[in-house]
Amino acid sequence: MLSDIRPAIVSTILFTVLLGLVYPLAITGVAKLAFPYQAEGSLVRDSAGHVVGSALLAQPFAKDEYLHPRPSAAGNGYDPTSSGGSNYGPLSADLAKRIKGDAAALRQSTGHVQIPDDAITTSASGLDPDISPQYALLQVDRIAKARGAAADEVRALIQRNIQSPLFGFIGQPRVNVLMTNRALDLALPKGQPKRA
Amino acid sequence: MNASGWAEILFTIAVSVVLALPLGVFMARVWQGQSTWLDPVLKPVEGALYWAFGVDSKKSQNWLGYTISMLAFSTASFIMLYLILRFQDLLPFNPQGFKGMSPDLAFNTSVSFVTNTNWQSYVPEQAASAFSQMAGLTSHNFLSAAAGIAMAAAVSRAFAANRGEGLGNFWVDLTRISLYVLLPISIILALIYAAQGMPQTLTGHIDAAGIEGGKQTIILYPTASQEAIKQLGTNGGGIFNANSAHPYENPNALTNLLEIVSMNVLSYACVVAFGVLVMARREARALVVVMAAFVVAASAIVYWTETQPAPAMHAVHAATAVNLEGKEVRFGAPSTAVWTAATTGASDGGVNAMHDSLMPLGGGVAMFMIQLGEILPGGVGSGLYGIVVMALIAVFVAGLMVGRTPEYLGKKIEAREVKFAMLAVLILPLTILGFAAVAAVLPVALKALENTGPHGLSEILYAYSSAAGNNGSAFAGLSANVPYWNTTLGVAMLLGRFAYVVPVMAMAGSLAAKPKLEPTKGTLPAHGTLFVCLLIGVILILGGLQFFPAQALGPIVEHFQVLQTVAAQH
Repeated sequence: MLSDIRPAIVSTILFTVLLGLVYPLAITGVAKLAFPYQAEGSLVRDSAGHVVGSALLAQPFAKDEYLHPRPSAAGNGYDPTSSGGSNYGPLSADLAKRIKGDAAALRQSTGHVQIPDDAITTSASGLDPDISPQYALLQVDRIAKARGAAADEVRALIQRNIQSPLFGFIGQPRVNVLMTNRALDLALPKGQPKRA
Repeated sequence: MNASGWAEILFTIAVSVVLALPLGVFMARVWQGQSTWLDPVLKPVEGALYWAFGVDSKKSQNWLGYTISMLAFSTASFIMLYLILRFQDLLPFNPQGFKGMSPDLAFNTSVSFVTNTNWQSYVPEQAASAFSQMAGLTSHNFLSAAAGIAMAAAVSRAFAANRGEGLGNFWVDLTRISLYVLLPISIILALIYAAQGMPQTLTGHIDAAGIEGGKQTIILYPTASQEAIKQLGTNGGGIFNANSAHPYENPNALTNLLEIVSMNVLSYACVVAFGVLVMARREARALVVVMAAFVVAASAIVYWTETQPAPAMHAVHAATAVNLEGKEVRFGAPSTAVWTAATTGASDGGVNAMHDSLMPLGGGVAMFMIQLGEILPGGVGSGLYGIVVMALIAVFVAGLMVGRTPEYLGKKIEAREVKFAMLAVLILPLTILGFAAVAAVLPVALKALENTGPHGLSEILYAYSSAAGNNGSAFAGLSANVPYWNTTLGVAMLLGRFAYVVPVMAMAGSLAAKPKLEPTKGTLPAHGTLFVCLLIGVILILGGLQFFPAQALGPIVEHFQVLQTVAAQH
């Protein structure tokens, strides 16, 4: 039993160094060289080089000319320091109230009666960067009107931004909100100074 | 539900099982101290470590010696982790300037990572420095997994032995499993993950202006390196609060697939390695079939529940194709379903959706997979010794029915072994139901609930199931970061790991000493359909029935409430 004390202490220390410092720092070094964009968090910058967000993280969009993301329960909404879902159970009265309000607002802003599920549910992370193609296409008319562009042009651009499932059957089709909004700003500018 | 969803579920599980075959054969070589193609690089490191530890790598330990070494190591690593978390403010790589964790939180978190549970009462992006994530949590993700696999190796040797005593050397097993199995696979996974978009940086945080002006503080960690071992070692502790639902921890369908496969593959591989060591490949195959059958069944049920109409959505006439509250668009129902089954069956506990927002029976199935004893396929190592315990009980029950002394893999199963096996099996219901019953009537405990009624009971039941099963996932509406929950969950984790494994090791010691018998006409074959059905029955009755009353008051009642609510909306 006493003979276990030395190996217990020494192994804890040495393994902490090897597996807790050497391994992650070595991976950090390699990733920095091989995949610098991903390793730094897939950050998206404006023309001046300032970080405007991450391609992998949802951020708030409320203006009519942009695709809107899913609602978020991360902190006060889209807060990367507080990722998480609502944790409402299926029968939660708060959930029912929130969904009722969001559904009514969405029907009004889009003029559509059919609402896709992702448009009025909060994601697990609160930072879901994607929306379903159905929800994206639902927003075409509003975006086109706000940008003074043809609805067909907006629709075509969104359709080009649909990412298909892996091998066709793993995961779901999706549209990245931030990257699509940047593409919209580039292809169909709103006729005012923009930060593309 | 559609064909591509079913294809995704079955493909994911099939990949996990198929990859386990070569990995298991390789694992058996590592357990037996045989040479591997990694020797030129790792052999010198291995030798240097034994020299530093001051252990004789040739010396085999009996069950007690092996168990004491494991406990000594777990104690030392617990103290190390506790100190790192408690004093992270004095340590490097803390760009956000986080304070040290409070004593009850540091206790809970250290127990959690040492027992391979990885329950998290804290919000990482508000409480854990990069140093704590790496030196504290990443290294313990390796070590608690290696300790679990080491005990699986010891139990395997007990069945292989003929009137033997030695179960191997804990320090050698710990070292070889870490170096030859966990580290190389983690390196490969980490590099793939980094390429796919998981951050790997010490930056800490960065401010983003937002295209529309919505400012964000983006938190970054060395994510890829931790994510790799987090799933491979069935740890499951999130680098971010949202765990593998966070796009930084699970950016796309490929990473999701790899994470599911990696959280199951080593548990299956341990069974394959067991089959190699004990020269019982058909019997090992039967165990894998039972494990995988449960994962398929649980995935199918969750896929079904999550495509049923969710009441709040149904009320506003939304599409209601999928219950997307608490789920990510890139995963949808099938990826979530197979993940949920794999993570709860495997004592992983990482989530890619919020289990609290699953439909009642979906959450009930997740909880049930944990309550069945974390053996389907279970945690790395712990899954193997857990299912072997169930197999012993199965042949014992069958023996009672026909009035013969039962045998398993050439070892006579007698009163002593069955007593130890039952002792281990009873720890889970005792801990889970005992703590849950107290919490359900204690005002200080109830304050932490997000939901009330049957769903509130589910939150309590899930928390203690998760802790005692060393799973670590949660119905996260429960705000557990208060002294009462931190402490009781910590104790439940300790009981679930150590009060379980000590009787199992005692059983192994007693089995090792027995002669290895040749099968006779009266031996029940431990492979084939009859045995598979028998084992499934024992797991369901022994593991499941004890929890049925509690499940009936939680998820099952809630299921009928949902049906009633949806019907009333017409």
